[in-house]
Amino acid sequence: MANEILEEHINSDYKYGFVTDIESDNAPKGLNEDIVRFISKKKNEPEWMLEYRLKAFAYWKTLEEPNWAHVFYPKPNFQDIIYYSAPKPKKELKSLDEVDPELLKTFEKLGISLEEQKRLSGVESRIAVDAVIDSVSVKTTFKETLSEKGIIFCSFSEAVQEHPELIKKYMGTVVPHTDNFYAALNAAVFSDGSFCYIPKGVRCPMELSTYFRINASGTGQFERTLLVADEGSYVSYLEGCTAPMRDENQLHAAVVEIVAHKGAEVKYSTVQNWYPGDKEGKGGIFNFVTKRGICLEDNSKISWTQVETGSAVTWKYPSVILKGDNSVGEFYSVAVTNNYQQADTGTKMMHLGKNTRSTIISKGISAGFSNNSYRGLVRIAKGASNARNFSQCDSLLMGDKCGAHTFPYIEIKDKSGIVEHEATTSKIGEDQLFYCKQRGIDTEKAIGLIVNGYCKEVLNKLPMEFAVEAQKLLAVSLEGSVG
Amino acid sequence: MLTIKNLHASIDGKEILRGINLEVKAGEVHAIMGPNGSGKSTLSSVLAGREDYDVTEGEVIFNGKNLLELSPEDRAREGVFLAFQYPVEIPGVSNVNFLKTAINEIRAYKGLDPMEAKDFLALVKEKQKLVELDGKLANRSVNEGFSGGEKKRNEIFQMAMLEPKLAILDETDSGLDIDALRIVAGGVNKLKSKDNATIVITHYQRLLDYIVPDFVHVLYKGQIVKSGTKELALELEEKGYDFIKEEIGA
Ligand SMILES: Nc1ncnc2c1ncn2[C@@H]1O[C@H](COP(=O)(O)OP(=O)(O)OP(=O)(O)O)[C@@H](O)[C@H]1O
Ligand SMILES: [Mg+2]
Repeated sequence: MANEILEEHINSDYKYGFVTDIESDNAPKGLNEDIVRFISKKKNEPEWMLEYRLKAFAYWKTLEEPNWAHVFYPKPNFQDIIYYSAPKPKKELKSLDEVDPELLKTFEKLGISLEEQKRLSGVESRIAVDAVIDSVSVKTTFKETLSEKGIIFCSFSEAVQEHPELIKKYMGTVVPHTDNFYAALNAAVFSDGSFCYIPKGVRCPMELSTYFRINASGTGQFERTLLVADEGSYVSYLEGCTAPMRDENQLHAAVVEIVAHKGAEVKYSTVQNWYPGDKEGKGGIFNFVTKRGICLEDNSKISWTQVETGSAVTWKYPSVILKGDNSVGEFYSVAVTNNYQQADTGTKMMHLGKNTRSTIISKGISAGFSNNSYRGLVRIAKGASNARNFSQCDSLLMGDKCGAHTFPYIEIKDKSGIVEHEATTSKIGEDQLFYCKQRGIDTEKAIGLIVNGYCKEVLNKLPMEFAVEAQKLLAVSLEGSVG
Repeated sequence: MLTIKNLHASIDGKEILRGINLEVKAGEVHAIMGPNGSGKSTLSSVLAGREDYDVTEGEVIFNGKNLLELSPEDRAREGVFLAFQYPVEIPGVSNVNFLKTAINEIRAYKGLDPMEAKDFLALVKEKQKLVELDGKLANRSVNEGFSGGEKKRNEIFQMAMLEPKLAILDETDSGLDIDALRIVAGGVNKLKSKDNATIVITHYQRLLDYIVPDFVHVLYKGQIVKSGTKELALELEEKGYDFIKEEIGA
């Protein structure tokens, strides 16, 4: 199946690079307390939310940008960014007919349907979508269907209005505003994102997904996602990202928090395809994201799967705090860098509870002049008896001008803990390529085939629709990287 | 079908093939024998289009086309198949998926639509039987963790699936047990027709008991120094290569 897809995409460049011509409502450039107030006011937020933002902003001002990651880029000028941009009109939309047709076209081009009927009659599966363009959620589908089960799936700003008790209870509990530079910035200026709550004992009947799209120029995107899975519930959540091609670098600094209660399971999958910049390394998104989940209570499970092909610079470590006994954390990652892209990505598994388990499978693929680093921490705290971790970090190099780096950190404070780490580095072999060609398969297709094979363990973890998209992306991202 | 004229090829400036001449007609089986390092695998690699080798002189015509001008994949699509002496592993890519890609690429080259899934599966079943390949192997990653013999058998399975016009088998018999040898040779024979041709590279006369060649050639230091019928193979088996060396005054 991979191949038909490859075939159709093999000659396409970054196909999401269009700009939609919609009017937007912007904040003035720059960042100060007034901007924070402006955003809060635009969102008609309650006082407690504004206070939270201001506290985060005050803290952010005391911080300096981190520089420990193996990435090199011109530091963003934080006064040169627009922190709020909303597509007009901003009135509450009751039906799809009220959505700006240009906006609908955008999502059509992305292959995402905002029309529930279409999805319902579709043969495959149903996906509820929250579409976030620039900083604002424009449409959430299937809300009613979900609410019958008590599931809340809406934009973050709506949740602030409609479910303040849940937001107050959970926001910032996994990624506090003091966590790091970008988390503090996000807490101060985030404009929207998705919120999801799955009640006790409910298995969410469809995939929930958020599509993020940066459109306006000169803007930063700071979205915030909060996912709460109550006792014994299950949800699979997908996240996709694209942006137009622009010469300048745009900043994306998101925060994702996941809370899994007793026996709950959350699967969080990302296909990240922000604009990576051109072949000379000009433009592209700076993707500085803090993602963390907590297995708060016993027998819960959080699983991160990511396919990272986009962005000029990526700085991202989806992590799990394994607090409950017998809880499970997983991280499956494919990170592809080509041309002048740089990625520093990995995970942290913090074992606090007894009999906790974590698995890390990381596949890095570097091509062109790119740099790809895996950075991972496995910590087994004192008292986390019988904790286990298995880590496997593989790097695949294409050509000899790119770099692959592995930085595994292991801290074991409990003697009963067992951590296994395996790492390999390989090159796409001329032998493999020739073997494929001898069977009639050309170079580009052969690379697609070999790379998809190499990433299989991770791709297998993605929901079907996403796996297909991811396979295409892998092939397209590596186009022209050999020969 | 295949005409090789005065073919010279070198690698890193070292000349390995030093003027090969060979004519293979449709329906024929040619055996190439020769001591280690004489250039047998080099010849098959050059025919298949491996870029590491520089062809410095000569020409190769395959069904009226200048083979040396075609890319390796186009040669394959034109019907040249090489069963590798050392088959390559491709982790994570199932044999079946690999072959489906190959078949559809070849079909696309010929202007045909991709094969229907059910036709493809039927073909897999049929050919699997032909070379008595374990069904599990067809679904496993290409050659990954296969035993030496399994890899060789898989090459013949692929050949059966792709139905080439010219198959070059580079020491497909080495590493096969006696039963496997018979099965693989039987598979090759069943695939033989008046429209296709086979070049078998081997060190052992034994294989030629099963796959009976029309011609046997001896490759020595990059040249075909002697050609004959299958009796030549028997003679070689008996006397070794020394008598040839004497004959040509080497
Ligand atoms: N990449 C290379 N660099 C240098 N020499 C090479 C290279 N590849 C092949 N050769 C040399 O070319 C000669 C012919 O090798 P080839 O593999 O064609 O021999 P062969 O007849 O197939 O031998 P065997 O019976 O052992 O399979 C050998 O001397 C070998 O060392
Ligand atoms: Mg050889």
